[in-house]
Amino acid sequence: MSYTSETADQVSSIAGDKYKYGFVTDIDTELAPKGLNEDIIRFISAKKEEPEWLLEWRLRAYRRWLQMEEPSWAKVEYPEIDFQDAYYYAAPKSKEDGPKSLDEVDPELLRTYEKLGIPLHEQQMLAGVAVDAVFDSVSVATTFRKELAKAGVIFCPISEAVREHPELVQKYLGSVVPYSDNFYATLNSAVFTDGSFVYIPKGVRCPMELSTYFRINQANTGQFERTLIVADEGSYVSYLEGCTAPQRDENQLHAAVVELVLLDDAEIKYSTVQNWYPGDENGNGGIYNFVTKRAACRGRNSKVSWTQVETGSAVTWKYPSCILQGDNSIGEFYSVAITNNLQQADTGTKMIHIGENTSSTIIAKGISAGRSQSTYRGLVRMQPGAKGGRNYTQCDSLLIGDKCGAHTVPYIENRNRTAQIEHEATTAKISEDQLFYCRQRGLSDEEALSMIVNGFCKQVLQELPMEFAVEAQKLVGISLEGSAG
Amino acid sequence: MLEIKGLHADVDGKEILKGIDLSIGEGEVHAIMGPNGSGKSTLSYVLSGRDGYDVTAGTITYRGRDLSELSIEERAAEGIFLGFQYPVELPGVSSTTFLKTALNAVRRQRGQDELDAVQFMKRLRVHTKALNISDDMLRRGVNVGFSGGEKKRNEILQMALLEPHFAVLDETDSGLDIDALKVVAEGVNALRGPKRSMLVITHYQRLLDYIVPDYVHVLAHGRIARSGGKELALELEEKGYGAFVSGTEAA
Repeated sequence: MSYTSETADQVSSIAGDKYKYGFVTDIDTELAPKGLNEDIIRFISAKKEEPEWLLEWRLRAYRRWLQMEEPSWAKVEYPEIDFQDAYYYAAPKSKEDGPKSLDEVDPELLRTYEKLGIPLHEQQMLAGVAVDAVFDSVSVATTFRKELAKAGVIFCPISEAVREHPELVQKYLGSVVPYSDNFYATLNSAVFTDGSFVYIPKGVRCPMELSTYFRINQANTGQFERTLIVADEGSYVSYLEGCTAPQRDENQLHAAVVELVLLDDAEIKYSTVQNWYPGDENGNGGIYNFVTKRAACRGRNSKVSWTQVETGSAVTWKYPSCILQGDNSIGEFYSVAITNNLQQADTGTKMIHIGENTSSTIIAKGISAGRSQSTYRGLVRMQPGAKGGRNYTQCDSLLIGDKCGAHTVPYIENRNRTAQIEHEATTAKISEDQLFYCRQRGLSDEEALSMIVNGFCKQVLQELPMEFAVEAQKLVGISLEGSAG
Repeated sequence: MLEIKGLHADVDGKEILKGIDLSIGEGEVHAIMGPNGSGKSTLSYVLSGRDGYDVTAGTITYRGRDLSELSIEERAAEGIFLGFQYPVELPGVSSTTFLKTALNAVRRQRGQDELDAVQFMKRLRVHTKALNISDDMLRRGVNVGFSGGEKKRNEILQMALLEPHFAVLDETDSGLDIDALKVVAEGVNALRGPKRSMLVITHYQRLLDYIVPDYVHVLAHGRIARSGGKELALELEEKGYGAFVSGTEAA
C-alpha cells in the first residue's frame, strides 16, 4: 500500500465516525474535516490520485506557508481570516443538495440574470439548480472538444492533465508562480483542488476562444483554483475566464493562481470578468478574492494581454503580471475595477522588463461609488538588460458621490538608461451637468450613469471579445445600481 | 401648449424669477431676450426640472398637466427639449450610442417600440444629411473636441430625432460665426410646425433675423418687462436693454 493511500485510510478511519460526510464513502457529497494540516493535503492528493512528485510539491508549499505571514500592505481591510476554520476539500455537491428550481433561488440573483439577458436554462445552470438533462452544454462541449483535439489543443481540468499529460504539467507547474511565491499562492499550491490546463502546440492558432464557461457543469473548481496555460512556439490562444453572471458560491475565501507560459512568437489573450458576490450594502458577506496571476514571456516576440473587468467581490487583491524575458516581448494590461457600497479593490499589474526591446502598456480604469475604496497599484521595472524597453501607463479614476476613494500607487524602477517609461494619471468626478444633460434627453439616472461609466471604460471594454463585451457593458450598469443621485 | 402663471423660483436660496406670466400656444415661436443675469437660463432649467432650481410660487401647466409632478426624464418623454447653451461633453460615449440610447429611452416612456440599429441608422441619416453632420462626428465622444458650430448642430440633431412638442433653445447663437448660425437656424426652421412650439432665448436680435419669432418678450430682473411682436426685437437692438432695466444694473 502506498504511503498516500495509507495515510488517507488512517485519516478516514479516525474521522469517519465523527463527520457525517466522512471522506471514505464514495458518494456525491464529500467534505474533508475543517482545518488544514499535512493529512488533509495528503487526502486531497490521494483523492485526486496524484503522483508522488505533486504531493511532495504540495507539502513543501504547506510547510513554507506555515512560516509565512499574511500580507498587509494592500489598501484593504477585512476581519482576520481563521484558516483553520475552513474546509479545504469538498467534492462536487450532489444535485439533490442544490435548489430544486429557480423558485428556491435568491430573487436578487435572478433579477441580475434577467437584466443580463441570460436564457432560462443557463440561469438554472448558474444558480446550481439540479438540471437532469444536461441539455445543450454537453453537445456543445463535445463538439468543442473534438474540434480542439483535431488541432492538437489540450483543454481539460488540471487534475486530468496531471494524469494524462504529466510531463507537461511537471515541467511548467509552479515555473511562473513558484510554490513559495506569496502567502496566498503558497496556500493555493498546497491545497488547490482543480482548475484548467491548456496546451497549444507549436504553430497552432487555437480554432476557438476557450472559455471556463464550457466547464461550468464539471467539477466545482472550488475556492483554490489553479490554471496553467502553455503556448508553444508560434501559437495563439484567447482564453475567457469566468462569466458575467454571478454564480452561486458558498466559499468566502478565494485564492486562485493562474500561470501563463509563452514560448517564441506565442500569443495569449486572457480575459476575465469577475462578478462574485460583493456583499450587501452594509458590507456583510461577500467574497474575498486574493489572486496571483502571472505570465512569463519566455520566448522572443511573445505577447501577452490581460484584460480584466472586476465588479464583484467584497475584497479584491489582484495583480496580473508580465515577465518580459524574451527579446521584443510585449505585455499588456487593460483593467476596469468598479467598487460600490463597501467594496474594496486593490488591483494593478507588474511589468518586469528583462529582455531587450520589450514593451508594455497599462490602461487601468477605476470607478468608485458608495463608500468604496479603489486602489491601482502597479510596478514597472526595467532590469539592466532591458535595452530599449518601453512602458506606457495610463491610470484614470472616476468618482461617483463624495464618500468613496480612489488611490493610485505606481512603483517605477528603471535600471537601464535607454528605457522609456511614461505614466499618466487622471481623477474625475461624474458631474451633475453630465447627468442633467443625459436626463434631459430622456435617460433615467441609472441609464445615464451606466452610459457615462461605460464611456469612461471604453478603452478597456473594447479589448474584450465581442460577446463578452456586450455583457460586460450591461454589468457595469448593474454594479453601479443605487449609486446615482 | 404652455401656461406659466406667477412663477417664482430660487437658486441657492436666492430668488431669480420673480413672478413670470407667459402663455405659449401650439405652433408658436416665442423669443425671450434680456441682459445677463435677468433669469433667462434659470427659466430654461426650471422648465426642464433641473435639481437646485426650486419653484417657490406659481404654476407651469404643459399640455394640460402640472409640470411639477414630472421628473427631468419624464418631461423629456412628454416632449420638452432643452437645447443647451453649453452642451456637455461625455468622453468615450459615441454620439451614435448617445442618440440611440436617448431616442429609445424616450420611445420606451412613450410606449413606442424601441428602434433596432438598422431602423435607427436610417432615421439618423436623414437628419445628419440635412445638418451636414459627418460620420466622424458621430463616432467621436459626445461634444468632445467639437467646435462651437458642431456642438450646436449636434443639439439640433438631437432635437430633430427626439421630435419634441416644446423646445427651449438657450442661446443657441452663442459661439457661432455667421455661416454656422445660418446652418443652425435653417435646422431649427425645418423643425417648425403647427404642432411644435419653441422658446428661443437670446441676447441678440441677430438670431431672430433667421429664426423669426411670433412673439418677443423682454426679461429683466426676473420678470417679463415687455412683450410684443417681432418688431420689438428691432427696437431693443436700437435702444439697448437700458430702457427696460430701469435704474439698477443687471446682476
